[in-house]
Amino acid sequence: MEELLKVIDKNGLIVGFLCVGLLTLGSNFVSKKFFKSRIPGSAIAIFLGLVLGYLGGYFTGGNKGISDIEIFKGIGVLGGSMFRDFAIVATALGASYLLVKKSGLLGMISLLFGILIFFIAGVAIAFAWGFRDPISLCTIGAGACTYIVGPVTGAALGASSEVIALSIGAGLVKTIAVTIFTPIFAKKIGLDSPGSAMAFGGIMGTSSGVAAGLAATDPKLVPYGAVTATFYTGLGCLICPSLFFLILEMIFA
Amino acid sequence: MIIYGLALLSFSYLVGQWIGELLGKLLGINSNVGGVGFAMLILMVLKEVFERKGWWKEDLILGIDFWNKMYIPVVIAMAASLNVKSAISSGNLAILVGIIPVFLGFAFFPVLLKSFKQ
Repeated sequence: MEELLKVIDKNGLIVGFLCVGLLTLGSNFVSKKFFKSRIPGSAIAIFLGLVLGYLGGYFTGGNKGISDIEIFKGIGVLGGSMFRDFAIVATALGASYLLVKKSGLLGMISLLFGILIFFIAGVAIAFAWGFRDPISLCTIGAGACTYIVGPVTGAALGASSEVIALSIGAGLVKTIAVTIFTPIFAKKIGLDSPGSAMAFGGIMGTSSGVAAGLAATDPKLVPYGAVTATFYTGLGCLICPSLFFLILEMIFA
Repeated sequence: MIIYGLALLSFSYLVGQWIGELLGKLLGINSNVGGVGFAMLILMVLKEVFERKGWWKEDLILGIDFWNKMYIPVVIAMAASLNVKSAISSGNLAILVGIIPVFLGFAFFPVLLKSFKQ
């Protein structure tokens, strides 16, 4: 047993491959057996991944989900930003440059609307909750964009650590909500073509959520959603602590 | 050779991330702006060029296609290493701020698509 643990400890990433493989196998089985493949296996696997992420945090108190449990640390490497971004870039293989160019304008417009919708809604909810100072309002609104825009904005403005933590929490909830609701609403909202996927990536913005949600909807749409979503966080970091903050300051101070 | 494809993917990735970092610095923010997006565009353009030159061979494609197909497993691993616990327990306000705008986004999305088509 000691030897096995040693092998597991030394080969984290390989253990991660095995774990994700087994999880996918189980999810595909559940999808076929209980849902007649109406819910795709990948959607179930991503959802189970979130459940494991919760359990990891519950048992260890850490902030990296299941990968905080020593023997599962390789899952964190496989799911970390390097492999995530690398695999997202590889999905460009199935995308057509011409289609991306054709929908480029729609993508850019949706990016602006996406940041506006999330920021304004986040600020409005925080206002209704009782926040009145522009720094906290702006940080929470930025957190509604993504869990990176929130803390970047909060740090730039000097927000309190509670508010920054709250903005990260809001951004994480957003990622999870987009992951879960995208496959559910995709048909209803007309998310079925490369162009619409580019607009969707711009509106929702969270690259993890958009990528996971589209993967569970139709893997062919992933590169189109990702190519715009990846600009969202950067754009959010650019305008939330500057332009949006100045506007909030004019209103509330 | 598979490694050619993998190297091409790595090249696109690194150059894209570099552009993202430079753009972030240029804009004066401490964040990568669209690095992954640039990398994807670079890879798409390189694909066009390679196709025209006749270098876009099956072996080369395999090196990229492996990671293309690994995408969903990576996302599953990512979901499992998210801080779901803290997201759920960071209070009702965080949950409201995280979810309500998402529904607004879903509601607005068809409007944007329609108005753009006209």
